[in-house]
Amino acid sequence: MTALSDALAKARADGRAALIGYLPVGYPSVALSIEAMRAMVAGGVDVVEVGVPYSDPVMDGPTIQAAAEVAVRAGVGLRDVLRAVSGVHDAGAAAAVMSYWNPIDHFGVDRFAADLAAAGGSGIITPDLIPDEAGPWLEASDAHGLDRVFLVAPSSTDDRIAATAGASRGFVYAASTMGVTGSRAAVGDAAARLVARVRSLAPEIPVCVGLGVSSGAQAAEVAAFADGVIVGSALVRRMLDAPDDRGVAAVRRFAEELAAGVRSRP
Amino acid sequence: MSSAVPDATGHFGRYGGRFVPEALVAAVDELTEAFEQTRTDPEFQTELRGLLRDYTGRPSPLTDAPRFSEQAGGARVLLKREDLNHTGSHKINNVLGQALLTRRIGKKRVIAETGAGQHGVATATAAALMGLDCTVYMGEEDTRRQALNVARMRLLGAEVIPVTTGSRTLKDAINEAMRDWVTNVETTNYLFGTVAGPHPFPLMVREYQRVIGDEARAQILERCGRLPDAVAACVGGGSNAIGIFTAFVPDESVRLVGFEAGGEGIESGRHAATITGGAPGVLHGARSYLLQDENGQTIESHSISAGLDYPGVGPEHSYLHDIGRAEYRPITDAEAMDAFSLLSRTEGIIPAIESAHALAGALQLGRELGSSSVILVNLSGRGDKDVETAVRWFGLDEPETGG
Repeated sequence: MTALSDALAKARADGRAALIGYLPVGYPSVALSIEAMRAMVAGGVDVVEVGVPYSDPVMDGPTIQAAAEVAVRAGVGLRDVLRAVSGVHDAGAAAAVMSYWNPIDHFGVDRFAADLAAAGGSGIITPDLIPDEAGPWLEASDAHGLDRVFLVAPSSTDDRIAATAGASRGFVYAASTMGVTGSRAAVGDAAARLVARVRSLAPEIPVCVGLGVSSGAQAAEVAAFADGVIVGSALVRRMLDAPDDRGVAAVRRFAEELAAGVRSRP
Repeated sequence: MSSAVPDATGHFGRYGGRFVPEALVAAVDELTEAFEQTRTDPEFQTELRGLLRDYTGRPSPLTDAPRFSEQAGGARVLLKREDLNHTGSHKINNVLGQALLTRRIGKKRVIAETGAGQHGVATATAAALMGLDCTVYMGEEDTRRQALNVARMRLLGAEVIPVTTGSRTLKDAINEAMRDWVTNVETTNYLFGTVAGPHPFPLMVREYQRVIGDEARAQILERCGRLPDAVAACVGGGSNAIGIFTAFVPDESVRLVGFEAGGEGIESGRHAATITGGAPGVLHGARSYLLQDENGQTIESHSISAGLDYPGVGPEHSYLHDIGRAEYRPITDAEAMDAFSLLSRTEGIIPAIESAHALAGALQLGRELGSSSVILVNLSGRGDKDVETAVRWFGLDEPETGG
C-alpha cells in the first residue's frame, strides 16, 4: 500500500474527504516550488500532486500554462521532479507525480518508476495517457509498487469508466467538467453525477474530483460527495501573484482554508 | 502494404495510437465509427465525389515541366497540380470529407488549426458551403507572415484566433484547438488538417487525401506509359505526401521521398526536419518522431514555410521511414527559395514555399537518377500567400536601377 492509498484511507476513516493540492515543479524556481509544496503540506494538504512542467499542456488553462512555461524555459526536468517528491515525502505527505506522457516516455518508463519509488513517491497521474496505451506503465507500476491514476470525464461511457477504474490504483481522477484546468465560479452537478457513476461501476476505488475548485466553500461542496478534492490552478495562482516567500505563505494560508473546507459538515 | 496499417486501434507499427485526455475518447470513437460507416456508404461517397469534381475542380491536372526539368539533370519532372484546386492547395480534399462527416454526426460548429493558413482557408470555405460555424486557431507569428490567408478566412465568415502561447506557430495553434475541443466537444467537431493527431485522424486524412496519388498514378501511366522512378513531396505534418504516396506504396520500384523543412540547416538546430533530426515520442495525440530536448520537451521548429514549421510528423511517415519504404531528407530555406524562383521563371507557376521544398528535392533526385528518369512532384499549393515573404527574401522591394 502506498502513502497515497494510506492518506485516502485515513481521511475516509476520519469521515472526511482527502485534500490534494497541485503545484508544478520549477515555478518560480525549483527550490521555491518545493518550499511551496511543503507549505501546502503544513497547511493541511494530505497529498501533493507534483506537477511535471511540459511544453504542450493541452489539458491546462492559462494559469498552469503560464507557470509551466517558465519552468520549461528554465530547463526543469524529471531529476528536479524527483527532488520535489523527496521534499514532499520528508514533509510527511504523500506525493503523486502529475505528468503529460512524453517527458516520462522519453526518460524511460521503467527507469522513472524505479527512481520515483526510491524517492518515496506513490504513483503517477496521467492526464493524456489512457489505459489503452499504457502497457509499459501498467507493467512498471506493478513492478515498482506504484499507484496509477487515470482520468474519467463526464463524456466517458460506462464501459470506459469501468475499464479505466479497473486499470487505476490509488484513486480515479474524475474531471468535474468538460474542459481544461482553471478556476470556475461553480463546480456544477456534472461532478456529483460522474462520481456516482464511478461508484456504481467500481465501488472499491476512491474517486477524487478535480478541475475548477478554487475556494474553501467549493472544497466543502465537493467533499460532500467525493473521496478527495483536487485543487490546482487556484494554488498556482497564489504563486503567480507573488512568486516569492509571500506566495509560499499565501499557498499555506489557502491550503488551511481548503483543509477547513474538506472538514466542514454541510 | 498500406492497407495493413493502421490496425483497428490506429497503430502504424509502433507509431500512432491515441494519447488523448479521456474526455476526448468518446468524440474520437464517434468520429471513427462515422468515418468507417461512410467509407462504404454510396450516398456519402457520391456526394463527396461530386464536390471534389464540381466544387474543387478535380481531377487536378498533371503538368510536364520541361524547362524546369533541364535543371534536374534532364530527368522528366511532372507536377501534380494541387495548386489549381479551389482554395489553392490540397487541403480542400480532406476538409470536404471531414465537413460532410461533421454534418453526418450532427455537429454545427467546426474548429481547425492552421499554419500557413491553407487548411484554415479550406476549413472556412467548407464551413461556409455547409452552413457550419467556424473558428480557426493560428499562431500569432503565422498570422503575420500569412496575413493574406487571415483576411481570406475572415471574408469567408470564420473567426480567426491568434494564438500567443509558446512559439506562436502551428504547434501552439493545435494545443489551443485541442483545448477548445475538450471544452466544447458536445457541439464541436475538430477538422484536423494533417495525417497526425490521435486515431482516426491519420487514417481518415490519408483516405481523404489519397485521391491525389490515385489520380496521379493513372495520369502518369497514361502520359508516360510507365510508373515514375520517384515521387517527391514536402512533409510538415505530411498530408500531401501521404496523399500522393499511398497509391504508390505497393509499387516497390517507385521511390517515395519526403522532403522536410531543413530551415537554416540541421546542424544549426533551427529546422523542422522531424524525421531527419528528431526521435520517437508522443505529441498531439500520437506516437511518432518529434523534435524534443533531453527532458522530452518539444523543441520549437523553424522554417521559412509556415506550413512546414511543425516539430511533429504523422505516424505513418515514421512507420514508412522505419520499414524503409519511404525516405526523408531535409531541404534548407535557401534551397527551397531557389526552387521557388526557378519554377516561377521556367514554368510560369509560382508554387507555395511548402511545395518548393518538394521541387528542390526533385532537382536533387533528377541529378541522382539521370536523364532517363521520371519524377512525379506533388505541387501541393500555390504561392500567392507567399509573395510577401518572397519579395523580402529576394529583395524585390528595392527600386530597380539602371535603364
